[in-house]
Amino acid sequence: MSVDRQAAPGGAPSRTIWRATWRAWERAELAFDAVFGADGNPLRHLGALGFLFFWVMLGTGLYLYIVFEGTAEGAYRSIDALSAAALGSIIRSVHRYAADGFVVVTALHLVRELLAGRFTGARWFAWVTGVVLIWFLYASGIGGYWLVGDQLAQWSLTATAEWFDALPLFGLSMVRNFLSSGQMTDRFYALLSFLHVAIPLTLLLGMWLHIQRVTRPNVTPSRALMLGTFATLIALSLIKPVTSLLPPDYGAVPATIPVDWYYLFIHPLMDATSPAALWTMVMLATLVLAALPWLVRVSHEPVAQVDPANCNGCGRCFADCPFGAVVVEPRTDGRRGPGLARVLPELCVSCGICAGACPSSTPFRTVAELVTGIDMPQRSLAEMRSRMERALAGLEGSPRMLVFGCDRAADARVLERPDTGVISLLCTGQLPPSFIDYALRSGADGVLVTGCAEDGCYYRHGNTWTAQRIAGVREPHLRVSVPRERVRVVWAAEDDMANLRAAVEHFRAALTNLPPAESRHAARTKRPRRKEVALG
Amino acid sequence: MNTILRYAAQIALYVAFGAALGYFSSYPVFQALPPDQALVRLSFSHGAKPISPCRERTPEELAKLAPNMRVKLDCPRERAPVQVEIEMDGKPLYQITARPAGLKRDGASTVYRRLPVVAGKHTFKARLADGPDGKFTYVSDATIDLAPGKVLVIDFNAGKGGFQFVH
Ligand code: HEM
Repeated sequence: MSVDRQAAPGGAPSRTIWRATWRAWERAELAFDAVFGADGNPLRHLGALGFLFFWVMLGTGLYLYIVFEGTAEGAYRSIDALSAAALGSIIRSVHRYAADGFVVVTALHLVRELLAGRFTGARWFAWVTGVVLIWFLYASGIGGYWLVGDQLAQWSLTATAEWFDALPLFGLSMVRNFLSSGQMTDRFYALLSFLHVAIPLTLLLGMWLHIQRVTRPNVTPSRALMLGTFATLIALSLIKPVTSLLPPDYGAVPATIPVDWYYLFIHPLMDATSPAALWTMVMLATLVLAALPWLVRVSHEPVAQVDPANCNGCGRCFADCPFGAVVVEPRTDGRRGPGLARVLPELCVSCGICAGACPSSTPFRTVAELVTGIDMPQRSLAEMRSRMERALAGLEGSPRMLVFGCDRAADARVLERPDTGVISLLCTGQLPPSFIDYALRSGADGVLVTGCAEDGCYYRHGNTWTAQRIAGVREPHLRVSVPRERVRVVWAAEDDMANLRAAVEHFRAALTNLPPAESRHAARTKRPRRKEVALG
Repeated sequence: MNTILRYAAQIALYVAFGAALGYFSSYPVFQALPPDQALVRLSFSHGAKPISPCRERTPEELAKLAPNMRVKLDCPRERAPVQVEIEMDGKPLYQITARPAGLKRDGASTVYRRLPVVAGKHTFKARLADGPDGKFTYVSDATIDLAPGKVLVIDFNAGKGGFQFVH
């Protein structure tokens, strides 16, 4: 059996570096799993942490907005006064550190999606909107520094104006406005405070847009992760409360400036190069990042296909598709059923989770050629069934095990041996639970299902849905009559081979203590009875 | 991993995250100007004279124009570039020829330049030419003691008599 394990995108040398870096990242994630559990692992919930930091900033920002005086003279005074009050100081500091945290998690989120190769094909939308979010994130953060009205604000405003003056816009000089106090009018502060509300709200709109093409986006970290994050922000705010510098002095440059490197690094960067060089760098970085989904070479996989004769429009594929790539429409072909599924090819990432969700995807059906309601042409269920039958027929020794693996997770194929057959799927979510039942009735003593680490499915929900289907809490259920001691689920990331091997050994030992499956001998001579599955 | 160890590791990682947030939120400090330097900011916006003098149209030229356009003087819209030279202690510090803004080059010439200088007492001489002949019609000088970190703004305002040294 040859299964192409899809490599990360890119040319040969860059691909090697890319994959090595991804593996290093994966190892860090696994180490963090051991400490936090998958649920509380910050590396697995970076986007959700981004949302959390945004809400924290919104909440603390509301308070700051109430006490802030948006006038030339009041801005500095009102913010400085905040730091003198215990509560004000904490709120101000949490607002600032949450903004810094937002940059950190967003940067890591970008790197993670990049390394995991989760930006090509249908995913271009999340990627490109993500790139645009960076601009809004920085415009929001830097604008926040201007409101403080201290020397840091003066420095940042001047540097930003110098930067924009390098654009051949209108031949105006913005920086001239920041060379003396006379230009810092009340209206200017009113404008700044308006911008610091309008831009972050646009950022929020962008964040909403960013997750439009994924279903059930993970936007809320687990309670443990939230608590840990809050505690960190508050502890930091108590230990190192944020304070203002002195009010602006237009006759002097502060000798040293305590720069917030998360946001304001662009000013020293411009200082070390030039305004034009900074423009070139950021525009180039933006364009290259935004064009990345089209710059890397990836093989285009066929998308899911619906077979109208076997689809009754039950909607399970629609419910399970992690990318909203399946819709159910009213039927017009006069066949039975409430509707008909339709695949939106531009949204489909070719994971096959829909095939695993389809109630027609059962190997027990007595049709000669297994055709299901929705299927992947590159690895159809019919092919999976015949592979499974061949594998089972070839198993020797005891106990006999069948492993359903996942192309994206730890490579199960290396586990193959005379008593162990392996079938690798596009995603573990492509597995209809009835295949487990079928394998156990066809001579396997045990079935092990594996896929990406918990909360780490390359296709977002595949492993979760599979676990739920096997546990009987998500359609299609693994039948209750299936002996659960003969089924094992193990999540193992690509770099977690040791865990998978250990789990297989463990399972094998457990199976040894069970009597051989009853159907084994019968199965040698006779195929299991396939039954027609009624649709609807 | 046992529970106590797990919690300890969690705390350690949260502390590391908090420390990174707190540290890079204001350190390392940035040295905007070396300690022994002061800053001269040359900054002005000035509309120069037209690129060439106005000219009287000949009667034939006037006849060719539409009746409502028959204005005697033909003045160019384009302005001359502004040339500025700054000297410090008799040595050239900066010089620039600034083109007027606008597609028709009829706007003001704008210049902004940061010029870090060694702190101390300096004599500055500034010259500006804003006509087609390139003659430096405005010349000023000033001797100023610039302490480290101090800023001197050299502005230009023709209405106020030319260069202004603000410090
Ligand atoms: C404001 C900052 C951002 C926030 C709050 C944010 C949040 C999120 C969230 C919640 C998800 C859904 C995760 C899931 O449930 O699987 C997501 C997905 C994604 N994000 Fe972001 N994101 C941000 C910035 C970025 C940036 C800068 C990039 C990269 C340029 C990016 C790239 C992606 C991609 C490619 C996905 C889709 C992953 C997939 O299809 O499986 N995001 N983001």
